[in-house]
Amino acid sequence: MTALSRETLVSSLLVVMLVAIPLAATMAGEPFYVTLATRIAILALAAVGLNIALGLGGLVSFGHAAFFGLGGYVAGIFATHAFNGEPLPFGFAATTSMPVIWLSAMALCGLVALPIGAISLRTSGVYFIMITLAFAQMIYYFAVSWPSYGGEDGLSIYVRNSFPGLNTAQPLPYFLLCLGVLIAGLVLFQLIKGSRFGTALEASRQNPTRLAAVGIAPFGIRLVAFVVSAMVTGLAGALFADLNRFVSPSMLSWHMSGELIVLIILGGKGRLFGPLAGAMVYVLFEYALGGITERWQFFLGLILLGVVLFARGGLLGLLAGKAHHG
Amino acid sequence: MSAALLIEQLLNGLQLGVMLFLIAAGLTLIFGVMGLINLAHGSLYMIGAFACAAVAAATGSFWLGLAASLAAAAAAGALMEVAIIRRLYERDHLDQVLATFALILILSEGTRWLFGSFPLYLDIPPLLQGAVPLPGGGQYQLYRLAIIGVGIVVAVGLYLLISRTRLGMRIRAGESDREMIAALGVDIRTLYTVVFALGAALAGLAGAMVGALQSVQVGMGEPALILAFVVIVIGGIGSIKGALVGAILVGVVDTMGRFLLPKLLALTMPVSQANLVGAALASMLIYIVMALILALRPRGLFAGQA
Repeated sequence: MTALSRETLVSSLLVVMLVAIPLAATMAGEPFYVTLATRIAILALAAVGLNIALGLGGLVSFGHAAFFGLGGYVAGIFATHAFNGEPLPFGFAATTSMPVIWLSAMALCGLVALPIGAISLRTSGVYFIMITLAFAQMIYYFAVSWPSYGGEDGLSIYVRNSFPGLNTAQPLPYFLLCLGVLIAGLVLFQLIKGSRFGTALEASRQNPTRLAAVGIAPFGIRLVAFVVSAMVTGLAGALFADLNRFVSPSMLSWHMSGELIVLIILGGKGRLFGPLAGAMVYVLFEYALGGITERWQFFLGLILLGVVLFARGGLLGLLAGKAHHG
Repeated sequence: MSAALLIEQLLNGLQLGVMLFLIAAGLTLIFGVMGLINLAHGSLYMIGAFACAAVAAATGSFWLGLAASLAAAAAAGALMEVAIIRRLYERDHLDQVLATFALILILSEGTRWLFGSFPLYLDIPPLLQGAVPLPGGGQYQLYRLAIIGVGIVVAVGLYLLISRTRLGMRIRAGESDREMIAALGVDIRTLYTVVFALGAALAGLAGAMVGALQSVQVGMGEPALILAFVVIVIGGIGSIKGALVGAILVGVVDTMGRFLLPKLLALTMPVSQANLVGAALASMLIYIVMALILALRPRGLFAGQA
């Protein structure tokens, strides 16, 4: 009970920080910190998506960058076509309206995740890790070698896409928008975790044989979790592309997949606020170390190694005690 | 398209396959014996290439460089195993992925620190410069043929090592029952270190040999690592035979795909478009092959007990 309330306390503190810092930065006239907080919110959302598959379902997808990048490319392609006044491929009308882009990104990621999941889930363990990686590489190389949308050079979004009633070109409104989507993602995660489906999903991680014995086939449960997880990560990708006003194959690269896993583990696997804690620590480390030394990746590697070897519950585990799930 | 060109491309595919085998053999051995998934294996390949380029530049001898690459990669591997990897055997794959991902960050940035961001270059040794005539006209680089030869020697050597020697017997025993061979008094910790160093040395050898064909730079290990993963997944993780078959398959399919797909597509569409679509498809081809194989045989072609 005490550990649980400590986790709630730490989590609330994180959320308050995430909201308070950009507000203070805007008042102080330092929009850079707002962008930093937006980056945190978006990466946290991507990791919340992955956490559905990885944290709840135990599906270590090493290819979620595929969905992150696809979401990003949807935002980029919509923006480019709308900017040039051309229709999209297959005759759809291009628009810069974010809700349409988000739904399209999620739909595309869901459609792509379905066959990838269906094939990958036939395997397990290391095979699953590697086959998801390979599918992501497939999409990565496609993006690199397909020149229509910039190929290796990526695609610039000249004007950030729009949201009805908000000026998304300003840092603070865009941050609040991303924060809202992050909160929706967190609510979704908690709803899934508390539902019958979530219970079955966690059971499929802990003991698939027993789950099958009570009459629930793990495959379908895992596939749904994988697809939903891909859709949330894809939505984050669309937001990320709009934040940077740029999308390139690096969003699809395996480094990105690795980073998404790192965010979850840094924060604490399977916990509601784990991804947020992880994203905060990661982005702040990146920023702080990047300010001190050009070699920040070296030290990031050392810190990460230390967390894996010695702090197994992640940051939330360190601050709030052991998790209350099997 | 002449027969000579086709043979040349086939040999190129074989040469790529042999390089992949050298990397994949260590990766699959380490997984088979210790149950460890090692993302940092590509960094050992990079260390081999850098050691070879640095020593060859300092002494003027490619052969000293080659020896240095074996020694440096094996030493780095042994050090890594003793200091870090050893703690990961009992952990789940997620922890292994993360810890070795962290090692990649450390080793890549560390190498950049030591050698700078500019690529190093390595010359083909004088003994292996030149070309040999191919049947049907045309010439083929002697050095690439030598790489294929080295690959065949290593494959035979590994086979003999594992099936005929005491060390090989222990490796096989370690694959099938870890507790039992420890109980029989075999020093399993040393065995693990030896296996890891052996795999590292093979990756280092591959790095050194490839260094003379392309530039030696930070980040060269990652594409090689991912291809090696595809290889061992196709072959069945833990199986050296699978790694050999998978490596040749991936090498030949990738090379021939890039060569033939645009030509095939040109029969049905304009040449410029065929080149475009062909190149995009060819870059995805091995992953499509892998997905097909795994869809039919989820544990690869030569699945072990892993």
